[in-house]
Amino acid sequence: MADKPRLKLPKEARKGEVIEIKTLMPHIMESGQRKDKDGKVIPRKIINKFTCEFNGKPVFTANLEPAIAANPYMQFYAKVDESGTFKFTWTDDDGTVTTAEEKITVA
Amino acid sequence: MRHVSRRTTLMFGAGGAALTVFGWSGRAHADAKAAADQIAKFTGGKTPDKSKISIELPEIAENGNTVPLSISVDAPMTADNYVSEVLVVAEANPNPGVATFHFSAMSGKAEASTRIRLAATQNIVVVAKTSKGEFYTGQKLVKVTIGGCGG
Repeated sequence: MADKPRLKLPKEARKGEVIEIKTLMPHIMESGQRKDKDGKVIPRKIINKFTCEFNGKPVFTANLEPAIAANPYMQFYAKVDESGTFKFTWTDDDGTVTTAEEKITVA
Repeated sequence: MRHVSRRTTLMFGAGGAALTVFGWSGRAHADAKAAADQIAKFTGGKTPDKSKISIELPEIAENGNTVPLSISVDAPMTADNYVSEVLVVAEANPNPGVATFHFSAMSGKAEASTRIRLAATQNIVVVAKTSKGEFYTGQKLVKVTIGGCGG
């Protein structure tokens, strides 16, 4: 997976502010229900788990099923009380874990 | 000769009728049943309250391959009382599960958006669980022009 995940969140926030976070992970999200030209089922390959942590504490987690569209997009919120780092992880069916980090300054 | 009372006859009749109904509905709504099973598993058999949930979905989805979905639970998000889990199921998809969102008090608000696949016109059911063990539910019908689960 050469493509990097895309993140959108503010660089700065006020203490206690609830910020919006948007993420997009380029991925085929093969459902395991489609068939190829020869009628063989294309094996399932999806991102089955997405997590977001802030300074090591869980903020938001999503368990994903094949009903999530390709290039899984997630929008959610986080309440920030201190400066720190958001860590995002995407787990593939084959065990591959992609991570991304973004810092935020809280004044 | 065995005596068949009027009551027994009625019971046989009712049993037959029930079989007919369940046999038929079992085939026609297999996925709706799977969806109901999944919800029952999530709530542990409790009946969720039909409130506090709002679901944003297009009324008509022309392409079932990517349908924008936003869910929001109108509940406090404090350290001792917050929305902990939200289950999303699609009744008429081959596999009714769509996603389970886990929130924490650090989420600030119990809102999330993503893009989903829908096989056919159907109800999307959302069930939320709070850290205190309360359940809320809501549902919304989406008309799907072209299904998005391949064939």
